[in-house]
Amino acid sequence: MNFLRSSSALRLNTASIIKRGLASAPEAKPVNNKTFKIYRWSPDHPNEKPTLQEYKVDLNQCGPMVLDALIKIKNEQDPTLTFRRSCREGICGSCAMNIGGRNTLACLCRIDTNVSSETKIYPLPHMFVVKDLVPDLTHFYKQYKSIQPYLQRDTVPEDGKENLQSIADRKKLDGLYECILCACCSTSCPSYWWNQQEYLGPAVLMQAYRWLIDSRDQASGIRKEMLENSMSMYRCHTILNCTKTCPKGLNPGRAIAEIKKQLAFQ
Amino acid sequence: MARLSGLQKEVLKLYRQCLRNTFKKPVENQANFRNYIKGEFAKYTDLQKKEFSTIEYLLRNGHKKMEMMSNDSIKNIK
Repeated sequence: MNFLRSSSALRLNTASIIKRGLASAPEAKPVNNKTFKIYRWSPDHPNEKPTLQEYKVDLNQCGPMVLDALIKIKNEQDPTLTFRRSCREGICGSCAMNIGGRNTLACLCRIDTNVSSETKIYPLPHMFVVKDLVPDLTHFYKQYKSIQPYLQRDTVPEDGKENLQSIADRKKLDGLYECILCACCSTSCPSYWWNQQEYLGPAVLMQAYRWLIDSRDQASGIRKEMLENSMSMYRCHTILNCTKTCPKGLNPGRAIAEIKKQLAFQ
Repeated sequence: MARLSGLQKEVLKLYRQCLRNTFKKPVENQANFRNYIKGEFAKYTDLQKKEFSTIEYLLRNGHKKMEMMSNDSIKNIK
C-alpha cells in the first residue's frame, strides 16, 4: 500500500518536471572565449623553430580545468596537439606542464576565468622536449632508480610474513609517500636546471629521505653514503621553489633539510 | 679543409662511432646498417651550420638511436 502511494507521487512529480521543461526552452549560454597560447614543436621538422600557437576555447562549453581545455582543443580544433594525460585527478602525474609560468598538473589547475588575459602553456622547463608539451623524463627516472627506491633488509621478519611497523613510525612517512613523481618540483629548481646530470633534484631526494627514515629499511648506511658528495644533494641551496610549486602540497625542501641534518649529526 | 667547429666534430664523431658499431653486426647484414646510417645523416646535409639547436637535437637523437641499435639482439635492418 505504502509502495503504491509513493509511486503515484513519483508519477506526479515527473509530470510537473516535463511541464516546467516545456514552459521555458533551454537558453543557450553566451560564448565566453578564452585564448590559450600553447608551445608547439614537432620532431618531424627539427629545423623549424618552436612556436606558440593560439587557440580559442569557449569556457561555457568546457570543463573547469586546463586539462579539459587541452582535451577539448585536441578533440575539436587540432588533433596534432600532443600532451601526456591519464587519470585527470592528480594521481598519475602525467600532465605536468608549465601553465602561466608555474609548474603544475593540468588536471589540478583551474582555468583562469579572466577572459581578457591569455594563458600560456609550455612543457616543463629545462627538459628536452619530445614533442609539443611532452618532456623527456628518461634521465629523471634514471636518477630515481639510482637511489634504490625499494625496501632493503638483511633479516627476514620473525613471523615469516610481514615487516611490521608501529603507528608512530608509519606516521613519519606521511607527506613523503604521496609524491607522484610528476617532476614539477625538480624542473622548477634552478640548481637542477644547471646541474641536471649530477644533482638529483628535490623529487628524487625526497624519495631518498622517504627510504632513509623507513623503520623497516636496513640499508640507511649505504643510502647516506651515496648522498655524501658535493653534487648529489649539496647542490640544494634551499631556494624552495620545489615546495612552492608542488601540486600535491608536499614539502621536498623540508625533506632535503632533514637529510642534511641527519648527515651533519651522525 | 677549414678548421671544424666543436659541433661539427661531434657530428663526425657520432658518424664514425655508428659506422664502427656496424662491425659488431653479422657480416652479411653490415651493408644494410651502413646504408641506413648514411641515409639518416644524408637527410640533413643541407642544414645550415649555424642552426645549433637543431643540430644538437639531432645529435642527441642520434646517440639515443645508436645506443638502441648497438644492442646485440638487433641483427639486421631494412
